[in-house]
Amino acid sequence: MRHLLDTQHLSRGEALEILDVAEDMADTQRREVKKLPTLRGKTVVNLFFEDSTRTRISFEAAAKRLSADVINFSAKGSSVSKGESLQDTAQTLQAMGADAVVIRHGASGAPRTLATSGWITAGVVNAGDGTHEHPTQALLDAFTIRKRLFGDDSRGRDLSGIRVTIVGDVLHSRVARSNVWLLHALGAHVTLVAPPTLVPQDVSGWPVEVDYDLDHAIAAGPDALMMLRIQLERMNAAYFPTEREYSRRYGLDARRLAALPTDSIVLHPGPMNRGLEISAEAADSPRSTVLEQVTNGVSVRMAVLYLLLAGERPHTEKEDLR
Amino acid sequence: MSTRTVMHDADIARALTRISHEILESNKGPEGLVLLGIPTRGVTLANRIGPLVSEFGGAPVPVGSLDVTMYRDDLHRNPTRAPRRTEIPAGGIDGKVVVLIDDVLFSGRSIRAALDALQDIGRPAAVRLATLIDRGHRELPIRPDFVGKNLPSARDERVNVRLAEIDGVEEVTIES
Repeated sequence: MRHLLDTQHLSRGEALEILDVAEDMADTQRREVKKLPTLRGKTVVNLFFEDSTRTRISFEAAAKRLSADVINFSAKGSSVSKGESLQDTAQTLQAMGADAVVIRHGASGAPRTLATSGWITAGVVNAGDGTHEHPTQALLDAFTIRKRLFGDDSRGRDLSGIRVTIVGDVLHSRVARSNVWLLHALGAHVTLVAPPTLVPQDVSGWPVEVDYDLDHAIAAGPDALMMLRIQLERMNAAYFPTEREYSRRYGLDARRLAALPTDSIVLHPGPMNRGLEISAEAADSPRSTVLEQVTNGVSVRMAVLYLLLAGERPHTEKEDLR
Repeated sequence: MSTRTVMHDADIARALTRISHEILESNKGPEGLVLLGIPTRGVTLANRIGPLVSEFGGAPVPVGSLDVTMYRDDLHRNPTRAPRRTEIPAGGIDGKVVVLIDDVLFSGRSIRAALDALQDIGRPAAVRLATLIDRGHRELPIRPDFVGKNLPSARDERVNVRLAEIDGVEEVTIES
């Protein structure tokens, strides 16, 4: 694997490879000594143009557990705030000898620009770009669903026949987009639930069903319910009348939690708005996988960094792009 | 290119039986033994030696696997390898006598990686090494304790161990 830019172009086989390597990484994280020497001498740069504590520390933990050196670069207070272009920033990192760049950027497509521009030779990992994709989040969600459903038998298995319902602000959500493509590639059946104002204008090309009624979607008995965060910072237009109304129609409260099938699970990418899209009862119930998702996130990111950095670097620049 | 078969199924079975007896003899019984195979074929061999040692020693000896991929020193020289599974038996390895089992001992670098991997898992009382084939050409000060067959070879020759569970045939060949 040369780069990880999205899940849309990830095949079933490639996705399974990442998930299976993540299983091995997860096993090593139960040992007395959690650090592996695998990426000793490699440098991973976390290049964050948007604030994100969770994703950044997860990547940082993953890189450090594999013995890579980590450089954190956040745009605030850096040369970027003085007007430096992405190209100059990238070339600076190249000159410092970065082997991988983990990038979060407000503009959709920035990671691909970085990977295809020829500015750097490092592997590029998309850690969230605009409203486009957040592939490692989708991978850790799929890993969590697989682990909960199949336990120790997870290796090599996809999610065929599994029904996943994604609820909330699909319009602005890169997590939802990455999950749609990845879950589809793994054979799962995806339903999106959102107010009509928060569904992208044209989703006819997406391999999903759309439902505007959460109770109806819950009655269909999904195996996994993924609650998206309402990103209050993006609620700049009248997408819904009030938070209270949103919560009443699309929040996962105790009643809806009880209506779910007994063995279905509840995912949330965090950070949660308790009382808005998810109630405390749901967030703290044994069905909630919120903390497992955090733990699994480190394993999945270790797998991605391993697959990107451990082997010989292919010299071909163009054909292996994804 | 010529291929020569140096061990047949009966030879392999005899070698494994002898190694099992030698492991018990050197340990003065089955107490504290843990067998760890190195993927892929070392695990197959460990799964065969385990029941033999248990039978001859009269007590069950735990068998596991130890993947060394993430500890190799040549990762960046080769295409990415997928790691394999490490399974440590429930009793752990602390204070145990760990016998590492591999199919072919060559440069010794896999065993160096295995020793590093072991160190991250626990602290065994002792570590021993059993190998079906010792073909020489060591690059590190590592030697086996139990050897199925010493096979003098040229550095550019290929030694192939094929086992029924994985390859459908049971033989050791040398290609030159």
